[in-house]
Amino acid sequence: MVIATARDIVESAAVARLLFVDFPLGSPCGEPWNVAQQRAVLDMALRLLETAAGPQATVEAGLRWSKGEGWKELIFTEAQPFLPGQAGDAWLKKKEAYRQMKAEGKI
Amino acid sequence: MSDNVPDTRHPYVRYIDKTRAYYLSQGYEKPYRWAHNDSAPFAPPTKPLSGSTVVLVSTSEIAIRNDPRFDDNPETRAKGNVYGVSSDTQAAELYSRTQSYDRYATTLDDANAYFPIDPLREAVASGRIGRLATECLGVYNAYSQRKTIERDAPEVLARCRAIKVDAAILVPV
Repeated sequence: MVIATARDIVESAAVARLLFVDFPLGSPCGEPWNVAQQRAVLDMALRLLETAAGPQATVEAGLRWSKGEGWKELIFTEAQPFLPGQAGDAWLKKKEAYRQMKAEGKI
Repeated sequence: MSDNVPDTRHPYVRYIDKTRAYYLSQGYEKPYRWAHNDSAPFAPPTKPLSGSTVVLVSTSEIAIRNDPRFDDNPETRAKGNVYGVSSDTQAAELYSRTQSYDRYATTLDDANAYFPIDPLREAVASGRIGRLATECLGVYNAYSQRKTIERDAPEVLARCRAIKVDAAILVPV
């Protein structure tokens, strides 16, 4: 039973059951600190787990991000690069460490 | 659940298309190839959830504060291995080190938003599910789909079998 925000990526990989929550990456199980909503998301997931009749069943949670849908327009734009500054540097460092370990035959 | 209607004015984000366009614009000629399968295996539940053991599996790089296992170690991360986090861990002790989230729209400060440990414990307390597996499983994102398929996924399955799990909740961040 998968709970995810990136519907197209999970559907491409194909899973048995997907509860799709149309929220920004990082908050698939409800908005931060919204305990009631987080409880509701898990409940929907458990119901899908019980009721799905076959594989690749996607159910939409039907929730809306409380601050509006504007976040969808800004992903991967110049204004909001996915990994800005330090985060991008950290990602490149990890990637380089991986390359090096591979070259050294450690992995 | 079936009466939830799609939001046609604000369709969901097509990450595959967006990342393809983004990397082309950054000068990468070969687009990233996302995992693709035409079908998925399916197993119906064999017993009621109220009698089932449930495990939480997360790729959020979930970590425990002040636990030396999670000291920054690029080797551990890059190897993409599978690790356990005790199901008794309090949410306030958990945090994520992932960079792969929408930092403009949300925060990772509340672990329950991507690692629903408190709702799961509540579901146990209310009898909705039988019990939680003694540990949750974390899986570091590997750079290689082959490693995910041939090494990490079988290890997750083996661990699930070892701790006699009936159902798994998997949450990519």
